[in-house]
Amino acid sequence: MRIPVSWLREFAPVPPEESGRDIADRLVRSGLEVETVTSVGGAVAGPLVVGHVQSVEELTEFKKPIRFCTVTVGADHGHPDTPGERGIICGATNFAPGDLVVIALPGSVLPGDFTIASRKTYGRISDGMICSEEELGLGEDHDGIMVLPPGTAQPGDPAGPILGLGEEVLDIAVTPDRGYALSIRGVAREAATAYGVEFTDPGLELGELPIPDKSAAPHECVSEDLTACDLLTLRTIVGFDPSAPTPIWMRRRLTACGMRSIGLAVDVTNYVMLETGQPLHAFDLDRLQGAVRARPAKSGERLETLDHVDRELSPADLVIADDRGAIGLAGTMGGLTTEIDGSSTAIALEAAHFEPRQVARISRRHKLSSEASRRFERGVDRSLPPYASARAAQLLIEFGGGQYRGMTAVEAPVDPIVIPLDPNLPGEVGGLALDEVTIETQLREVGCEVERAGAVLQVLPPTWRPDLTDPYDLVEEVLRLIGYDKIPSQLPSIPAQHGLSMGHRIRRRVGLSLAGGGYTETPAYPFIGTDELDGLGIPVDDARRRLVRLANPLSDKQPYLRTSLLPGLIATARRNVSRGAEDIALFEQGVVFFAGEQRADAAPRPDVADRPSDSELADLDDLLPHQPRHVSVLLTGAKEPAGWWGAARPASWADAVAAARLVATAVGVDLEVTSGVNAPFHPGRCAVLRNGDAVVGYAGELHPKVVERCDLPDRTAAMELDLDVLIDQAQDIVPAPDIQTMPVAKEDIALIVGEDTPAQDLAAAVAEGAGDLLESIRLFDEYTGEQVGVGRKSLAFSLRFRAPDRTLTAEEVTEAREAAVAKAVERFGAVLRS
Amino acid sequence: MSAPNKDFDPVAAEALSEESVAAAVVAAEEAFASANDLDELKAARLDHAGDRSPLALANREIGALPPSAKAEAGKRVGQARQQVKQSLAARQAILEIARDERVLAEESVDVTKPFDRDPIGGRHPLSTIQERMADIFVAMGYDVVDGPEVESEWHNFDALNLGPDHPARSMQDTFFVESADSGMVLRTHTSPVQIRTMLRQPPPIYMIAPGRVFRADELDATHTPVFSQIEGLAVDRGITMAHLKGTLDHFASALFGEGIVTRLRPSYFPFTEPSAELDLQCFVCRGESIGRSDPSCRTCGSEGWIEWGGCGMVNPRVLAACGIDSAEYRGFAFGMGLERTLMFRHGITDMRDMVEGDVRFTKPFGLEV
Ligand SMILES: [Zn+2]
Repeated sequence: MRIPVSWLREFAPVPPEESGRDIADRLVRSGLEVETVTSVGGAVAGPLVVGHVQSVEELTEFKKPIRFCTVTVGADHGHPDTPGERGIICGATNFAPGDLVVIALPGSVLPGDFTIASRKTYGRISDGMICSEEELGLGEDHDGIMVLPPGTAQPGDPAGPILGLGEEVLDIAVTPDRGYALSIRGVAREAATAYGVEFTDPGLELGELPIPDKSAAPHECVSEDLTACDLLTLRTIVGFDPSAPTPIWMRRRLTACGMRSIGLAVDVTNYVMLETGQPLHAFDLDRLQGAVRARPAKSGERLETLDHVDRELSPADLVIADDRGAIGLAGTMGGLTTEIDGSSTAIALEAAHFEPRQVARISRRHKLSSEASRRFERGVDRSLPPYASARAAQLLIEFGGGQYRGMTAVEAPVDPIVIPLDPNLPGEVGGLALDEVTIETQLREVGCEVERAGAVLQVLPPTWRPDLTDPYDLVEEVLRLIGYDKIPSQLPSIPAQHGLSMGHRIRRRVGLSLAGGGYTETPAYPFIGTDELDGLGIPVDDARRRLVRLANPLSDKQPYLRTSLLPGLIATARRNVSRGAEDIALFEQGVVFFAGEQRADAAPRPDVADRPSDSELADLDDLLPHQPRHVSVLLTGAKEPAGWWGAARPASWADAVAAARLVATAVGVDLEVTSGVNAPFHPGRCAVLRNGDAVVGYAGELHPKVVERCDLPDRTAAMELDLDVLIDQAQDIVPAPDIQTMPVAKEDIALIVGEDTPAQDLAAAVAEGAGDLLESIRLFDEYTGEQVGVGRKSLAFSLRFRAPDRTLTAEEVTEAREAAVAKAVERFGAVLRS
Repeated sequence: MSAPNKDFDPVAAEALSEESVAAAVVAAEEAFASANDLDELKAARLDHAGDRSPLALANREIGALPPSAKAEAGKRVGQARQQVKQSLAARQAILEIARDERVLAEESVDVTKPFDRDPIGGRHPLSTIQERMADIFVAMGYDVVDGPEVESEWHNFDALNLGPDHPARSMQDTFFVESADSGMVLRTHTSPVQIRTMLRQPPPIYMIAPGRVFRADELDATHTPVFSQIEGLAVDRGITMAHLKGTLDHFASALFGEGIVTRLRPSYFPFTEPSAELDLQCFVCRGESIGRSDPSCRTCGSEGWIEWGGCGMVNPRVLAACGIDSAEYRGFAFGMGLERTLMFRHGITDMRDMVEGDVRFTKPFGLEV
């Protein structure tokens, strides 16, 4: 809401020395969000004067219309050679001899640092400029030269004050509870309170309307739904002069508030709406047939609104209609067929009150937000319509003539809400001492009537504050007017708690471990497209195709939520590569989304007046997709770069598996690795990661086709784990190992097996055979080549034996070693390599 | 070498003479002294202190002497051998030190060569600031709670006094889950976690909910459709707005420096009543730049305060929706954006830097923010 300061001062006599910025500061402290303070035509510097067009000479030798105008500019401003007059070249054609215009004399500076000078152009001396609104920084009206209404001023008068140049305008972002601040009236009231000056209410002056002309009755109005439209008024004016111009001061204020001047009738309804907050609508009376009525729309009914959109209505819409059908969407926008235009001489002026949620629903259903709907859905003063329409009728008749025929109205009875307020509550909530006098004073400032009734205050909020409905609303009013800066700073005493949960501690550890292990955290947006899943080669029946789709995605290419962290890491890796990075190791811990069953019925919406039942809450949770937290890494280039120590070690599938093991260690769970096949991995270089029986993820080298489709460097490797499942398995208390101190016996063995034999399985066989004396086993070498034969490999293990209670004898160690080899022979046909 | 006996029953042997013994000692000491390294010293030791050295041989002659001469000759040779042994040990020690110094010198390397063979990664500052903030609240006695990112409209809106027709609901650019009546959204704030907590446990409640939230804004230098918040909630007997202010002041000073405070300005949120905008005192200029353009404060724009978040007393309607009796309990709630906090805390000028995952952005934050 834009508030010209002069308009505000009309109703709140703020001390003259207070600047717009000072006023803004006061308003901010009382809770209005003043975003900017600007001044009208900020960059314009004089001399600007009013000119009277004497004659217009068309210069026809040019391709476009060029006119040489002689303008009277007053005795002091004429050219030395032509006293009182100046000749000016102008390309616009929307003015004629006799019009009053604004002249920027040589020396004026217009917005854009554009200095006006006397210059020769089109063969004449142009001695100034005839200005448009846009050139003066007043608006974006491209209609041409700004023509002032006749009689506005004398030639030579300074134009600045007439145009309101330099006027300060506050721009306020109005929160949804403060509908009243969408008016000069509401903001002026806050300013008056803030400065402690007397407020004159423009909304409570019925003004001096002419006595209605009784020769014909005013036009009829009806409300068929007194809940949705609990007050409807209609004033009738005939014999209106459609050519009457809007006075310049009114145009100036409309422009300062960001509205275009359209014609007197519409301008007046807008002006009064800005001033009072009451939306008004002017119908062309001659185009109405039958009573104006508020009623639910009929099924299949249509309405073309003023924005030229043909809308299909539903019975949930409330419309304004006449006998022929809908002529307006209630509280939102009028219809085209009954619009006021440049020939309308009879006006039916509607001022009504609508139920806020009704207007909100209409506005939402038709995706149509208007100046009117913004006000109605935030709540408009219920008592305002007759006052506002009286003010508008008065202005219409004053500037457009015509006869007033009177008003018709229908109204539902009002049941005022009285709020009982415990006078201790404001102080208890604020945490400060507040006496009752202060509380009552502040509530009266807001406009409330306050009465003591036993232990409580009975508070009747003013009609313009429909947002005040319960005691806490009143507490807020009291505290904000006293000032939040009066609230002390104090810490509550909090019962002792247990600190971070195990899950949070583990997630931190995982992040720290991966970062320490060389991975950089890069959280990605969760939006993906099926293209990305296709790129990864994810099969159609894969769980990762159980996608949650957004109704209004930012990009049609990515309407789904991710089921894997890999698409995000891949995009991030590619971005880093495109920016010149070569060795990349990324990780993300984040949530993925798996759609549940589609529901046939609409989602439950339990009442919020009380706690929903457990089964209602369970129903709500059943809606939600499965949303586990995953952890994933992606790496490419060198894991260890080349250096003076030697060559680089390229990142590989083994790093990805190691990263998975690192995560498992950080979580504190076991991870079993077997080989398997899963997109997007290389079928021969894919590790299936298990905890117990559950598959918890995959790691390995990406499939060469995936690498190609995703435009990644060759041999890119990756890993993804379901972190939630791992955290569920984590033990809070780790049992300490038994440390044996007897001497260790070391034995190395090399076994030749088929090249397909998994090292892990062979090691398991060896360990099983070695028995209880085996302390540890470790693969330390792998060999393939002539010595072991085609299709075979040699795996070398170092074994460590130890007994808890004695030094092992050579015989015992040999026996254990032979048993270990025997098991490998038995299970895999292994041959001991000598 | 022993000289031949002159007599059958000698009373004296040449090799045992005082002169001979002294000469052998001198020769040994000279040989040791001229040994330049341990190898040369080893050769000299064999020559002068070995089994075949003059003194060793002389020692053997003692047995042939008459008893009367044995004692004196034995003493002389013994002392001489002791002296040689000491000289040898002394020289040995010197040469060992020299050798050690030489070896260490030979082994010296250029320690300025960078050894970045295992490059370290880094955590995103959004993760670390979240943890830092959580730690401050955990120290005060708060729990850290998570909630779903795809959330029911009921938890995200209705329970927070944002009914279906509430104007604030259309103000939020919400991502809706298909279909239109799915009843699900990408949560627009972490407030539904507060609702879930109040539904799950009775007061007293002191909890914070850090996490990702979503609004349908295009990414630009100051907006991102996916961002992070931290929200706090306290519900207990006798909670006041002064407790809210005290908690926020404590948080501000823990995160930005001793003495940094907050300021509340009246505002509106459907889920709090009274509601306030939350400003942070500028931690760079501490308000000293107010109104100054030269030098101006880049962090607060010389306003002295930085817009940080929103807060207020939990609306009794929200408590009611969670089954908490507002006659017995009151609460406060607050929330702020993490990206915004990082931007002014670290002087990050473009939101996109936090979003795009360029490792050059994240690495300087290392393992801690
Ligand atoms: Zn500052």
